Amino acid sequence: MARLGAPAHAPLAWWLLGLTAFVLLPWYLPQDATLWRSMGGVFGSADSGAGLTQALRHGKPWLWMAAGALLAAGLLLQMPSGRAQGRALAAVAAFGLLGVLLAGFAIGAKGWSFAPLERAFGALGGGQAGLGLGGATTLLALLMLLGIGVARIGAFRGDAFVACAVLLCAALLLLFVVLPVLQALSAAWLDDGGAASMAAWLERSAGERVWGLGCLAGGVRCGVAWNTCFLALLTAFGTTVLGTLIALMAERGNGRGKRALQVLALLPIITPPFVVGLGLILLFGRAGLANQALEWTLGVTPSRWFYGLFGVWLAQMFAFTPIAFMIMRGVVQGISPSLEEAAQTLRADRMATFRTVTLPLLKPGLANAFLVGFIESMADFGNPIVVGGQYSVLSTDIFFAIVGAQFDQGRAAALALILTAFALAVFVIQQRLLGRASYTTVSGKGDSGVPMPLPVAVKRLCQAIALPWLVFTLVIYVFAFIGGFVRTWGRDFTPTLAHLMTAFDLQRGEHGLVWAGTAWNSLFTTVKLAALAAPLTAAIGLLMAWLLARTQFVGQRVFEFGALLAFAIPGTVLGVSYVLAFNVPPFELTGTALIIVLCFVFRNLPVGVRAGAAAFKQIDRSLDEASTMLHAGTATTLRRVVLPLLKPALAAALVYSFVRAMTTVSAVIFLVTAENELATTYIIGRVGNGDYGVALAYCSVLIVAMALAIALIQWLVGERQLGRRKDAP
Amino acid sequence: MSIELRGVTKRYGHGNAPLVVHGIDFTVPAGTLATILGPSGCGKTTVLRMIAGLEAPSGGRVLIDGRDVTLLSPAERNVSMVFQSYALFPHMSVLDNVRYGLDVSGVASAEAVRRAHAAMDGVGLAGFDARLPSELSGGQQQRVALARALVLEPRVLLFDEPLSNLDARLRRSMREEIRALQRRLGLTVAYVTHDQSEALAVSDQIIVMDAGRIAQQGAPQTLYEQPASEFVARFMGEAMLFDGQVLADGRVQLGPLSWQPRRAVPVGAVRIAVRPEAWRLASHDEGGLPGLVSKSAYLGATQELTIETAVGAVFVAWPKPEPVWTIGQALWLRLSGHGVSVLPR
Repeated sequence: MARLGAPAHAPLAWWLLGLTAFVLLPWYLPQDATLWRSMGGVFGSADSGAGLTQALRHGKPWLWMAAGALLAAGLLLQMPSGRAQGRALAAVAAFGLLGVLLAGFAIGAKGWSFAPLERAFGALGGGQAGLGLGGATTLLALLMLLGIGVARIGAFRGDAFVACAVLLCAALLLLFVVLPVLQALSAAWLDDGGAASMAAWLERSAGERVWGLGCLAGGVRCGVAWNTCFLALLTAFGTTVLGTLIALMAERGNGRGKRALQVLALLPIITPPFVVGLGLILLFGRAGLANQALEWTLGVTPSRWFYGLFGVWLAQMFAFTPIAFMIMRGVVQGISPSLEEAAQTLRADRMATFRTVTLPLLKPGLANAFLVGFIESMADFGNPIVVGGQYSVLSTDIFFAIVGAQFDQGRAAALALILTAFALAVFVIQQRLLGRASYTTVSGKGDSGVPMPLPVAVKRLCQAIALPWLVFTLVIYVFAFIGGFVRTWGRDFTPTLAHLMTAFDLQRGEHGLVWAGTAWNSLFTTVKLAALAAPLTAAIGLLMAWLLARTQFVGQRVFEFGALLAFAIPGTVLGVSYVLAFNVPPFELTGTALIIVLCFVFRNLPVGVRAGAAAFKQIDRSLDEASTMLHAGTATTLRRVVLPLLKPALAAALVYSFVRAMTTVSAVIFLVTAENELATTYIIGRVGNGDYGVALAYCSVLIVAMALAIALIQWLVGERQLGRRKDAP
Repeated sequence: MSIELRGVTKRYGHGNAPLVVHGIDFTVPAGTLATILGPSGCGKTTVLRMIAGLEAPSGGRVLIDGRDVTLLSPAERNVSMVFQSYALFPHMSVLDNVRYGLDVSGVASAEAVRRAHAAMDGVGLAGFDARLPSELSGGQQQRVALARALVLEPRVLLFDEPLSNLDARLRRSMREEIRALQRRLGLTVAYVTHDQSEALAVSDQIIVMDAGRIAQQGAPQTLYEQPASEFVARFMGEAMLFDGQVLADGRVQLGPLSWQPRRAVPVGAVRIAVRPEAWRLASHDEGGLPGLVSKSAYLGATQELTIETAVGAVFVAWPKPEPVWTIGQALWLRLSGHGVSVLPR
């Protein structure tokens, strides 16, 4: 009955892993010891004891549920496999899982977490800490046994591998996206005493500070929600127009400057999001060149006029136009030239063809670029915090509600709720739009047409706007680069390496090299954590892409929708959720490096999923089926057929998740500690102190390092393909 | 090993989604070749994939060698399949492709190489071990796909439009090879195609499908000579259909022509399907249906003519080089015994 999804020894291996973890690994997260040192105490102390030790000696009888489930599963695995066995196995594993989890939520660090439970069962002798390696591994093993059991009942077409993969991905999404976000957002309804209160929510999210319209009536400022929407509208509109013009020029112009545009498209990926803001400050800030020139020529006193809506908008325009450009370039490339040729043979001149054929075909792409720009602008944190000044938006307000003197969790949660609602609404519109109106005009058939050159008027417009824009972008990046290598911008332009030395000094001390610079620490931490996160991101992302593209199971639509929805959560919201949700058992991670790695993984998961989805579109589905027909199990097919063909996508997913982890700021800014300082948060801190030189020098180092990393990987991946072509006769 | 489908239905999606296969029943006896023939979108590939186990039927049962395999995975059915795109693994050499099925089944390496070489010899691919699929011609790729499917020694082999990516000349020789191989190894084969001449050439039995239902099944000759419906008549060769009558004496009448049908037909209005090669033409009035040539195409071996008559335009394939009919010429048509079938209205 059971499909040969996994090798026959897989259930036994999972069972052994679970048992080993229960007996030999520290069940809880040790409070002040590394994993290695706590290994000594697995049979001893209450802090680092394994599950068995905890249950036997430290008064934690609820852990017997896990042990019981494992033992019962072990007995069941000896039975002949079949429906009855599957049902029992699934029931036992589910009991163990739920038991451990419920006990985890019900019993906190100091005993019962909920007063009614305490009244019902009496006070407990002691509480429990957050789950550690042993607990997590045991839960994983139980989850896999549940998957195997469910598959033996006949679900997932009897394929144990698919069942386990679906359960694992769903559990990860639930645990690290849905649960923390819901838990954090629910704080919006809790008053200061911790009781549920509608009034508290209303006060936080419906007040003047959020929805006020004072600015329209000539007052000082509008509510932060309107601010966010207004900025997002402006940015979305601007980036769409500019991105389209540049895309038209790149694809339908005379082909010059294509190379430069390729680099431009890469820039937002490899630069931390606030670099543009910093570059603009060098130009228009109080000590910026523009103000200096004004003072020198007209005697205008320099002011902070640039900080505010205009500054943020300009910065976002520079930061997000490349994204709109990439979307629109794809759409322009997708327009079949023969459609335009057909219009021209029907006596339409170039302008008429452009108006009646090209432009209507671009429409869905335009809408998509607009919505993406809207979402990016709303979720942006780096630019508003650097050049926003008094103009507050939701993402920065959430940040100040948490880290500022106010430390108002409820307000942060209420604002995060509004931001999430906005993001999800726009996201749903985008999905519906993409689902309905996509004029894909590229078919499998060869298309020998030649793309029509742009009408002269359109071409002039593109050049008049896009070329200066490109030059301006270049200038800003150059200034951002130079800014790190002059003494004090605006006053003393003497070239210096002092800022670089402050950050990245190397000295020869008594005991060899000394990393004397103040930034080394943050750089090493960032590289280490990003390198840990990248393979996880790629693996989970590709696995999810495979599940969505290649398998069929009941509830797949729900799974897909949930995954997409989870990806639409703005980074700020995710970060604030992590810090609010993971500071109590059973998942007590605040302050650890692990929480940053998890945040990297789930923040960048869409990158992995998208890379995988694109790759699966190009790999003929019948290859998988051929492997299945040749008696290969699902796991074997993945390992021997799918994975080798996915190599380029795997490399891309690895690089981009690494690079994005290196440059992200919005999500992790809540999670860093003095011990785990990251590159981007270090730079933000420097900017906060007005220490632009060091910040900019650091940015330059990051950009160069990222560019090298991308170039290296692209060279490696490209080489592989070239090698294959060389083999051909 | 026979293949048997009993009341098999398939719908994509849940509950009220429309059926793409409406209750199919047929049997492919052991050691024979059956083609599933039909226009694109008729559900023939879905039927094949349900035999393979790549799709699960929404209802009904699939039996192989009398055993119910409806719920079994492809690996548990002892079935192999050749895909339309061949689905050769592009990152593996020819040898690795062919021995793949043996490797994943845990056959020892030396034995796997020996059996893979035997299968490659069987399809004329000896010495191609190290080549990559991208370095092979279409016909060679087809042979690799065949060798890969045969290496596991299945008793049932499935083909999904295996020749559609080959040019016309290669198609003819490949289909002869497939038929010879099937006979030599005594395989039970289900073969999906949309090309009726291919189906006629290789089959022991043809199953014609239309919109998810079986329109007719039987030996190639039966289907061609005695189509049971207009759809089958049109699809198997380019039959033209006319309105006719069955008279009280049992004779069939089409315009001025009348004849005694081979099988008795109930009295009343009928449709008459006539194949283009069934017409006899004469330049003088010897009795028959008068007409004027309105179109003419010279194809070398035959002439194709469209002739306007009292019963409508008639499409005729004239198999002789002489006489050459010209546009505007008057002539008289008669029917030969073969290639005419009478269908109920």
